Amino acid sequence: MGFRNYILVCGGTGCESSRSDQIYHALIDEAAAQGVADQVQVIKTGCFGFCEQGPIVKILPEDSFYVQVKPEDAKELIAEHVIKGREVTRLLYNKTPHKAYEEVEDIQFYQKQMRIVLRNCGSIDPENIDEYIAAGGYKGLEKVLFEMTPDDVISELRTAGLRGRGGAGFPTWMKWNFTKQESNPVKYVVCNADEGDPGAYMDRSTLEGDPHSVLEAMTICGHTVGAHQGFIYIRAEYPLAIHRLEVAMKQAREYGLLGKDILGSGFDYDIEIRLGAGAFVCGEETALLQSIEGHRGMPQPRPPFPASKGLWGKPTVINNVETWANVPEIITRGGEWFASIGTPDSHGTKVFALTGKICNSGLVEVPMGTTLREIVYDIGGGIAHGKKFKAVQTGGPSGGVITEANLDTPIDFGGLQKIGSMMGSGGMIVMDEDDCIVDVAKFYLNFTVDESCGKCAPCRIGGKSLCNILEKITNGNGEEKDLKQIEQIAHAMRIGSLCALGQTAPNPVLSTLRFFPEEYKAHIIDRKCPSGKCKKLISYEINPSKCIGCTACARKCPVGAISGEVKKPHKINGNVCIKCGVCKDTCKFSAIEVH
Amino acid sequence: MAKLSLSDLHAIREREEKNLRKRDIHGRNVHVVVAMGTSGINAGAKLVLNTLAEEVEKAGLDNVIITQTGSAAPNPEPVVEVFEPKKGLVVYGSVDADTARRIVSEHLADGRILEDKRIELVEKEQ
Repeated sequence: MGFRNYILVCGGTGCESSRSDQIYHALIDEAAAQGVADQVQVIKTGCFGFCEQGPIVKILPEDSFYVQVKPEDAKELIAEHVIKGREVTRLLYNKTPHKAYEEVEDIQFYQKQMRIVLRNCGSIDPENIDEYIAAGGYKGLEKVLFEMTPDDVISELRTAGLRGRGGAGFPTWMKWNFTKQESNPVKYVVCNADEGDPGAYMDRSTLEGDPHSVLEAMTICGHTVGAHQGFIYIRAEYPLAIHRLEVAMKQAREYGLLGKDILGSGFDYDIEIRLGAGAFVCGEETALLQSIEGHRGMPQPRPPFPASKGLWGKPTVINNVETWANVPEIITRGGEWFASIGTPDSHGTKVFALTGKICNSGLVEVPMGTTLREIVYDIGGGIAHGKKFKAVQTGGPSGGVITEANLDTPIDFGGLQKIGSMMGSGGMIVMDEDDCIVDVAKFYLNFTVDESCGKCAPCRIGGKSLCNILEKITNGNGEEKDLKQIEQIAHAMRIGSLCALGQTAPNPVLSTLRFFPEEYKAHIIDRKCPSGKCKKLISYEINPSKCIGCTACARKCPVGAISGEVKKPHKINGNVCIKCGVCKDTCKFSAIEVH
Repeated sequence: MAKLSLSDLHAIREREEKNLRKRDIHGRNVHVVVAMGTSGINAGAKLVLNTLAEEVEKAGLDNVIITQTGSAAPNPEPVVEVFEPKKGLVVYGSVDADTARRIVSEHLADGRILEDKRIELVEKEQ
């Protein structure tokens, strides 16, 4: 007899750090202890995407969506849900059990999503190749090896209109075609898994939840362009993704889906993993290839492009994880199908890592053309703690901010460029009224200054100079001529840097300056930080008409800056105050104001 | 010589697909619910549940979901509810293993309601 209940436990990095591995083992142990081991199958899957509510446990066929589960809950889940058939209401996401025969409706977080890249994440066991095969895996490879010519594959990708998901959006079929046309007998295929944007974890989750999709895609590419060796360049700080890739590669080799004479087609192909040390610049393709070769990760001039002279001077196809993950589905379901999704400019879907001041942070995959408003409000559930929306940063340190006025712009490669940002790899950081826009720009610049490889002077020196100017502004020493200077330095960086890191590093500053000029001016002319973030520009004061003299703040103040008699309004000594904000958080009467 | 031939791959896919499909809830629109409260189990609901599951698997009815629920008292237990989009809800009382087999072969596979076992559900007193 088959299993009656299937328990899916999220095994993504987010949930694992909240003990989902213990939950997984506790469920197996409890099922055995309570005598129902033969009735339930416990499966550890990839990321469900709804990271805000993790760890997530889903029980089928009831489709009960349990959130924030703890290992201690395993006993009750087995005893109540599996044995007695009663949902454990307190752990359900919406806290209401559904009627047994009610049509299961997706929770709002998933309603507007469409999962192609993440198709198997959260539904199959990534460490079991059989489940990937059962879910239609390796069908694409089969088709490519036995039914299609390499030219057919290229033209299918062309029909699909797949564009690189790493940020630049270059048509994938063209890259493959360039390499295919090269006559060199040795060619390489590379997967760029050096995801580095702050807040971005799309590629990590894809590799953790569905590693075979990337292996299959790289093999398809190898056969198409005439390569026999692939490399996956992944940062060492993604240990779980690396582990799952290693398991997947081992299983694929056992089945002969990697190695000699794949499926009896006569085609040989294998893949190796190369670990990166986590330098942001190694996400740039030429720097990445340098790093694989064992050199210091520094960008090289293009042309020649990797497609003709890449790894060890050989023609090399290099694509990002998300791009790869799309390929098997396009081959299996056809380019026409893929082209029917999205907008005329950009086909298919895009995965975003939604983070920041948002109710439902997590991983979302939406068709191209979805508006930012839908992502932030319908999927993301709006701004946390009832605060006001300020802006969204897309494209990481190379991108820009998008404001309220542009929330209804459909998201695709062209659309985002028009409003001064970019698609980037898909990090999406939501900011609310408490975030200071100058501070945000400073954060991103500090990041690129840290990560600059130092090769080109405009990036190395220009970045640091921009940082100094922003530091000056947030310290209350800004001058009006600084704004002019920002634009000059930015211009020099744009035209004088070799790679995209330097060329785009000024983007966060320019974009925030464009959309929030009044906030920069408030810092420079009024010497004020409107959101109260820049410590040098604010002071904490007690409103005497609201203070009842409860002394709570005075007791919490770490530096003893607050004084006053009991039941009489207190005072803050500005010379002593370190502006930590503890008093404001402590006060129950909103008597502490930031000026 | 290849480790896995094309037909081997197809065999794996076919075998595993069956298991994976059981986890898929979309398109499975027939729900069979067995009341598994203490009184239900005492009356033999466990055997009914197992029989239903075995028979559904044997008959290869992919669109059927079998789930459990709490006590159906004061109805004559074991109680089995069958819900189909077209026929709506049908409730059976005093179900034993033999009736369970009939529910699968007659009602689920053939669309004939077992009138002799049908009951009107009496709502639980609050």
